[in-house]
Amino acid sequence: MAKPLPTEAQELEKRRQELQNQPSRPAIRICGGTGCLALGSDEVAAAFETALNEQGVEANIELKTTGCPGFCEQGPLLVIHPHRILYTHVKPKDAAEIVAKTVVKGEIIERLLYEDPRTGERIAHEQEVPFYKLQKRILLKDSGVIDPRKLEDYLAVGGYRALHKALFEMSPEDIIEEVKKSGLRGRGGAGFPTAVKWELCRKSPGKPKYIICNADEGDPGAFQDRGLIEGNPHSILEGMIIGAYAIGAEEGFVYIRNEYPLAVELISLAVKQAKEAGLLGKNILGSGFDFDITIQLGAGAFVCGEETALMASIEGRPGEPHARPPYPAESGLWGKPTNINNTKTWAWVPHIVKNGGDWFAQMGTEKSKGTTIFSVVGKIKNTGLVEVPMGISLRSLIEDIGGGASNGKKLKAVQTGGPSGGCIPESLWHLPVDYDSLKEAGSMMGSGGMIVMDERTCMVDMARYFLNFSKFESCGKCVACREGVRRMYEILDYITRGYGQEGDIELLEEMGEAIKIGALCGLGQTAPNPVLTTIRYFREEYEAHIREKKCPAGVCKSLITYYIVAENCPGCGLCARYCAEHAITGEKGKPYVIDPQICGRCGVCMDVCNFNAVVVE
Amino acid sequence: MEVDIKKIDAILEEHGLEKRWLIPSLLAIQNTYNYLPPEAMQRVSERMQVPMIQVYQVASFYKAFSMEPRGKHIVTVCMGTACHVRGAERLVDQVGRVIGIKPGETSTDYQFTLETVNCLGTCALGPVMVVDGKYYGNMNASKVDRVLNRYMKREGEAHG
Repeated sequence: MAKPLPTEAQELEKRRQELQNQPSRPAIRICGGTGCLALGSDEVAAAFETALNEQGVEANIELKTTGCPGFCEQGPLLVIHPHRILYTHVKPKDAAEIVAKTVVKGEIIERLLYEDPRTGERIAHEQEVPFYKLQKRILLKDSGVIDPRKLEDYLAVGGYRALHKALFEMSPEDIIEEVKKSGLRGRGGAGFPTAVKWELCRKSPGKPKYIICNADEGDPGAFQDRGLIEGNPHSILEGMIIGAYAIGAEEGFVYIRNEYPLAVELISLAVKQAKEAGLLGKNILGSGFDFDITIQLGAGAFVCGEETALMASIEGRPGEPHARPPYPAESGLWGKPTNINNTKTWAWVPHIVKNGGDWFAQMGTEKSKGTTIFSVVGKIKNTGLVEVPMGISLRSLIEDIGGGASNGKKLKAVQTGGPSGGCIPESLWHLPVDYDSLKEAGSMMGSGGMIVMDERTCMVDMARYFLNFSKFESCGKCVACREGVRRMYEILDYITRGYGQEGDIELLEEMGEAIKIGALCGLGQTAPNPVLTTIRYFREEYEAHIREKKCPAGVCKSLITYYIVAENCPGCGLCARYCAEHAITGEKGKPYVIDPQICGRCGVCMDVCNFNAVVVE
Repeated sequence: MEVDIKKIDAILEEHGLEKRWLIPSLLAIQNTYNYLPPEAMQRVSERMQVPMIQVYQVASFYKAFSMEPRGKHIVTVCMGTACHVRGAERLVDQVGRVIGIKPGETSTDYQFTLETVNCLGTCALGPVMVVDGKYYGNMNASKVDRVLNRYMKREGEAHG
């Protein structure tokens, strides 16, 4: 769209009506998010283009590549509108058949439907799948429906209506008041009230003022921001423009990870479109308000998710945090008042302006309002991106939406909050998901990654993994984090290798508490959490490693042995072919044997075995 | 690869010469050369009037930057939590075995560089690896062989 949008409310509404009133045609929507792309959805889309063309129906059918609808495990995903028939694991070779049968004749192809693993029933429509049925999708509502590359698509679903309302019907104070009423808390994890932050920044003397969208989603296991940006980038821009108007900011930044190439491409495109349409730049929609957005790429530093480090990075310096106060609201980017919010927080703003603070406040719990997006991943069946009301129980999220364990093993814990969070044992899954309950359990909401673990996950190894992460990502500025985390990592590493000693657990606890107090920024202060929570809930696993030199989950290489169960082994020899150490020997057709003296404990044999004949102890 | 100063200047001009454009400019240079050649860093320092030590500080702080030449094919294995619990460590071992190098290394013929990254955000499909920007989800040992073979074969064909 090269033409600026009309500025009059009525004209804009008319334009929106025109877009909505286009004759409704059957539409094929293919997920083009990074997840489905990894499974080859681009090839599927190309196959559909060919199939539509060959069958001469391309004029009657709309083919759309959308953002992520969230059900990544079942990808590549395909939804056929208007009835929302959902096909999963679609391959390029299915395209011609789907066009001929489903699109043209309305017939359903059974084999491509989602099969409910609990009942074995095949489900035809997206809205009936339990994974979607239990969600409350507001932020993600249009992800998977609109084409993220088209501003028109966002307009047609009511996009930028809130901006118009904000600019012409509300004062900046009105907007802040509405956000205050909503009770919106920062979606980055710490949960600070958004309106308070905005008000501080608005009242802070100094010009110009800046706002920043923190899309440096570095928590391993979390991809909500990526999903949201890839699905509906304009919703974030709309929130930022409204926020800038409320705060009185002239320039905004989207700080986004370099590791998300597709999200970077789509948000950059959205900014370009918004500029052309008169939604960014001088005199936005004729209101007299000026505001512009720059996309700033991160360069692979987890610590830059911390706000003071992030600002250092935008200024072109290494991302080292500094002590607060001064808070960014007083002295942020280049010493000017700055307001930083998470991607999802910004995306909420248009909804709150459009529907009112009371509407938002009626969702969720007393202190945690609204819905929240989680990436539910790990050892469950339905991995993906889900949006649920705050206060839903962990169990409902993991078992009802997540579909329970993926391989019949017993689930034992869920990790939330990334390297800053902790592991919550299965016995506490009745807890509601909100900022305060998770904090009480020793973890935190974080940006919304939820990694489910089963009995084959070693909790000591998990703690070691996270400390290795934090050690690697520590910027090195303060001693508590740089040295303390490293020492804790070394102790954990010893334990997992069988060199643990009596007293190690107590030492870890003591160091953890000291680092929490002593570290400069959020990264260091929260780094001990994964250790402290696993000790709190899974102390017996630590003790087994230290006293019996055993890894009950069968993960820690130095403490385990792989062997082949003769009854299950048909002697195919596949494991021997993959064994890099040549530790597996045998004769075709007869059970093979692993030599524990040579075995490198890599576990490849177990991965490749089709008969579950390789076991570990 | 010879460093073309004109190309570096073009990148710098496109972004802007204030210090805030240092990181984006270095990223663009790395996209062009696959690493940060010393001559390029020197030119950045001169044109942006940022002391060389600060350019070096930024280049060494951020993990996206490499000051060593990298291979033609970049293999990145995700070590995020979700990938970790689904066997990312085994995946990286297996990839290393197939192309004969350890994480962080480049093969002597500069065909492959093996890197690890802390999360690619494709957690639902773990373990995940990326070769030259193309994502491969739900990897296991036998799939690794198949995928990497494709890249090796292409090499062979090109030379054959």
